[in-house]
Amino acid sequence: MKKIRSLIITGFGINCEEEIAAAYKLAGAETEIVHLNEIFLCKKSIHDFDILNFPGGFSFGDDLGSGKVLANKMKFKKLQSGKLFLDDLKDFIAAGKYIFGICNGFQFLVKMGLLPDVANNFDQEVTLTKNNSAKYEDRWVWCKVNANSTSPFLKGIDKFQVPVRHGEGKLIIKNEELKNLIVNQNLNCLSYCDENGNETIEYPQNPNGSDLNCAALTNESGQILGMMPHPEAFLSLYNHPNWGQLKRQNPQISEDGAGLKIFKNIVEKIKGCKL
Amino acid sequence: MKNQIQLVLKNDIRDVEGEKITKTAKDFLGIKTGKIKTGKVFNLTYKLSKNDVKIFAEKGLCDEVIHDIFINSFYQNEFYKSYVLVAKLPGVTDDEGVSAQKTLNDILDLNLDVNTQHIYTENIYLIENELAESDLKILAERLLGNKLIHHFEFGKFKGKVDYIPTVKIVDSKKVNLINLSIDDEKLLYLSQKMLLSLNLEEMKAIQNHFNSKDTKAIRKKNNLPELPTDLEIEILAQTWSEHCKHKEFAATINYKNLETGEEKIIDSLFKTYIRKSTEIVRDRLEKAGNNWLLKIFTDNAGVVRIDENSVFVWKVETHNSPSAIDPYGGAITGILGNNRDPLATGIGGAKLLFNTNVLCFGPPNYSKQLLKGQLHPKRIFEGVRHGIEDGGNKSGIPTVNGSIIFDERYSGKPLVYCGTGGVMPIQYKGVDSWLKPIDVGDIIVMAGGRVGKDGIHGATFSSAEIDENSPQSAVQIGSPITQKFVADFMQDAVKNGLIKSSTDNGAGGLSSAVGELAEISGGAIVNLEKVPLKYENLKPWEIFISESQERMIFVVEKKNIDELFEFAKEREVELSNIGKFTSSGFLDIRFENEEVALLEMDFLHNGVPQKVMEAEWKKPKLSEPELSQNLNYNEILVKLMGSFNICSRESVIRQYDHEVKGKTIIKPLMGENGKVPQDAAVMRLNFDGFEGLAISNGICPKFGDIDAYEMSAGAFDEALRQIISVGGKLPDVNDNSNRFWTVNDNFCVPDSAFDSENNPDGKQKLAKLVQMNEALFDMATFYNIPMTSGKDSMKNDFKAGKVKISVPPTILYSMVAKIDDVRRTITSNFKAKGDLIYLVGETYDELGGSEFYKLFDELGANVPKIRRENAKRIYHKMMKANDAEIIESSHDISDGGLAVTVAEKAFSCQFGVEIILDNCKDISLNAILFAESHSRFVVSIQSINKYIFEDYFGNDARFIGKVTNDAKLQISKGKLPIIDIEVAELINAWDKGLDKK
Repeated sequence: MKKIRSLIITGFGINCEEEIAAAYKLAGAETEIVHLNEIFLCKKSIHDFDILNFPGGFSFGDDLGSGKVLANKMKFKKLQSGKLFLDDLKDFIAAGKYIFGICNGFQFLVKMGLLPDVANNFDQEVTLTKNNSAKYEDRWVWCKVNANSTSPFLKGIDKFQVPVRHGEGKLIIKNEELKNLIVNQNLNCLSYCDENGNETIEYPQNPNGSDLNCAALTNESGQILGMMPHPEAFLSLYNHPNWGQLKRQNPQISEDGAGLKIFKNIVEKIKGCKL
Repeated sequence: MKNQIQLVLKNDIRDVEGEKITKTAKDFLGIKTGKIKTGKVFNLTYKLSKNDVKIFAEKGLCDEVIHDIFINSFYQNEFYKSYVLVAKLPGVTDDEGVSAQKTLNDILDLNLDVNTQHIYTENIYLIENELAESDLKILAERLLGNKLIHHFEFGKFKGKVDYIPTVKIVDSKKVNLINLSIDDEKLLYLSQKMLLSLNLEEMKAIQNHFNSKDTKAIRKKNNLPELPTDLEIEILAQTWSEHCKHKEFAATINYKNLETGEEKIIDSLFKTYIRKSTEIVRDRLEKAGNNWLLKIFTDNAGVVRIDENSVFVWKVETHNSPSAIDPYGGAITGILGNNRDPLATGIGGAKLLFNTNVLCFGPPNYSKQLLKGQLHPKRIFEGVRHGIEDGGNKSGIPTVNGSIIFDERYSGKPLVYCGTGGVMPIQYKGVDSWLKPIDVGDIIVMAGGRVGKDGIHGATFSSAEIDENSPQSAVQIGSPITQKFVADFMQDAVKNGLIKSSTDNGAGGLSSAVGELAEISGGAIVNLEKVPLKYENLKPWEIFISESQERMIFVVEKKNIDELFEFAKEREVELSNIGKFTSSGFLDIRFENEEVALLEMDFLHNGVPQKVMEAEWKKPKLSEPELSQNLNYNEILVKLMGSFNICSRESVIRQYDHEVKGKTIIKPLMGENGKVPQDAAVMRLNFDGFEGLAISNGICPKFGDIDAYEMSAGAFDEALRQIISVGGKLPDVNDNSNRFWTVNDNFCVPDSAFDSENNPDGKQKLAKLVQMNEALFDMATFYNIPMTSGKDSMKNDFKAGKVKISVPPTILYSMVAKIDDVRRTITSNFKAKGDLIYLVGETYDELGGSEFYKLFDELGANVPKIRRENAKRIYHKMMKANDAEIIESSHDISDGGLAVTVAEKAFSCQFGVEIILDNCKDISLNAILFAESHSRFVVSIQSINKYIFEDYFGNDARFIGKVTNDAKLQISKGKLPIIDIEVAELINAWDKGLDKK
């Protein structure tokens, strides 16, 4: 069977490309880390891949707001072929392929208008901005999957622990009408919750004060997922801050981390489509 | 002609930054601001059409969900009665402006110059309350900015912002000649006036050199004037600076011990103790057929072998002086500068795996009158923390290990230690990666940031005491994003064989970088007009010694130049071809085809006269205090948990990304609630295996007030035992598995050069430095643990008028050891109810220097001593127990002693402990609970492993109690309760410690 090909974008201050590559490798996909300018110079084409990943980091140092400068580049700059990169992305989506943005990757997906894209016109509808704590923080949180979400990335997952590492992760939705649409379409596919799975606005379980306690958004087709927490930082049990005790409580515990499931899910899904 | 764009948050968007400023202003400065509205101003000096400005503002800058835009006008509202504008001073890095320039090109499809500044950003704060000018000034200078790098405007906002920080330098004579035919007094004055930081002997050595017949002949032949140029003098001062030449560690020291009558002459502390100890260890390793120690002391960082595929590169630096005057800028340039060391070791291009940082500050509640130029310790703390946050996080390097130490003597000059470890493949294209090959004809290529006036005289400045007139140009602001571009580019260029060798541009700028590389080939020619500048009219000497940040030097073979430049263009990294390596024996500098410096390499690097210094040791008269017999130990433990040197660092740690790269296995805080402090950090090396590294630090300056030798040895032991605690193994010279240890030693001491007037106790301070070195040598050779790199910082004094604040002599040992399998490492938190608790190692009557005595403002006399043979035996037992996988948790004992260590272990999961001290030997209860004797651990085991554990340890471990699940800490002795307290109360005190007034 043909291998699933995963493209991981890097450059301009992106810095989580290696762990995402590791995630896809563990999930059974072929991976390639490519500098964004190789795409702009038409040395590589996104269409040679099944899934396009925008990792976390500090693109352009988060100057002008997180993800903003890179979002501008991808939205307004042309490839060397003369085609707008955004149009290339539209073709990629139209071909039924998948896009995954994590942390900074999520930030520039929303600023480009790819998420949640309720109006289906790639206009910006929400933003991710400064946490209510006004601080960057690295801490582990519980997240709960929206039971009505059909996101293929989150299939079979109820709740899981994962680290957040951001200063600008608070989701603000432009207006009430949009908020209702997002809720009605179950595009708010992941929420911050307490350890019992109850959604919460309380800090620090909810690390940033997001609208809808939202930790991730998908688009209507489920092809695009953007997420503030870092599932690629929990590929192994030994990434968990309490792995010693978890192992003691259950010596047979799996050595996989909960974050890996998301990558396995999407690789499985694409495999299913390719059969 | 300029255009201005202002962004402010829409009225219904919560201004979290404004809220934070309101709170900090009240808590820290006692200023009530009321509501604050923040805004950003972009000043555009490009020529742009009205429509282009509008498109740029709306699409490029504005986040339409949260921002309102004002173009060539400003948000105004009578509700806000005052304002502060914070702009950058001319020439100060403005990354946001540069990013705006880049996005302008992307959005409008333009090709405007983005390498020099055309968009200037400013922050504006609208303040609800009508504040007096004096309050606004305090708010501006102490909270919103720093007058060394910022321009402020404040008062009532009139809807206008005029200031733009353009740099204007008058074009004047490029090269001046320096007359050295002057008397001694004038020579010294010249050194002072030019900020050379050279003493009379050194000035005379330069004078003699230029007066010599040979030099005169050479200069005549090459059409140079007899008198040296300003550039030549500056190069010599930079190369001979304490910072670069380590003159005091290379000095001849006449050491007298007045206690024992011993006298000795030490020919260089570095050669005698540091290098020698590592050479001894290396010889032992090599004799046993072991060759993991690849590079020591000769490059930007030390190198050890991980396995047949990769090597580990490791460096720890200090950035104290810059952090004293601009804490944020000092710390961020410190960490970014230190990143460049492993990045530019050998051929270069190491993948950076982690950062560490150890910080020493004055107490946050410091209440003494601040001296002129002195910043409040709390402000230094916050600025440094922020610099480390941005430096590490924005570079995508996890900050995995560190310490913070508070002592009033660090309130003048803080100590900011930054460490970075990285991994290189063992070879690039068939060449060993740690070598630094350079051949005649190879091209010198500069990469990264442009050159400005920033950081001129940084190398000589850090070698001098700080005083109220410290030059403004000593401040530099780092740009993590610029460096990230360069680092990413470099890693790929090296992999493709386009770069032959590299070095970083740190202190001393091009002068230091090129000067040192030229030693390999035997000379270099540099064409200074080829160096790209931030602004016009810099003089050649300024270009050559500027410390503008984020720059690397690549050594490139001629045949690869075109491909490298093409690749750089693709990656948006600016390169310039500035010269070539020769074997002429000269550093040959030209500017627009004119010879501006010609210095013999030999004189440049070996001409500095050796210093002679005096050290004299007299033991201080100290005694043990008499404390009350009726101490309330519950209260004491609560106080200890909340004391500055013990309390939680969580608020700091959480603001550092400690797990980017996905390889951090033991993080600084672990356990169910993420509260339990750990010993060494552990990282795995690859995703397809479980080999890893343990990373630790040891620092305990407080013991140096009693005994500098024991302090240094104790710090070494602290770093070492933390690695043992997590499951590391001592080095074995006969073990062929590349199980390396690699250490950076970092000395930070006060001025130790005796001067009857200015430094009357200089001899005593130097004697302490000698003893610290003796301990280093004894420990390193005993354990066969090599120093692979290090740094000394010799003038950690803050001076204002006649007042001087000097740091206590401080040494930091930063250790990294290889771990066979990270899955078998041990964390410090208790794991299950019913587990048995043991105290491993012996406690002595050693309360001297303890945190316990500090509660009573006492120092004491009985300093914790190192007992190497005992310690080694204990460590081997720990290793054996870990091999048998019977240790469930382990935490080394340091600040606060046994009681604090046990409490910390119980901070997770509602655990409690029941401790019975009946098995502890006959020393005072105070000592049992709080002594900080070295080489000890508190471990827990499952009860089924009791016999095997006790069999392994014999008398080296004492059973002291059990883990409970009642969330209480109970300690008793002879059936008498000593401590009985809720763990939650201890956590509470521990959490709030740093906020103590």
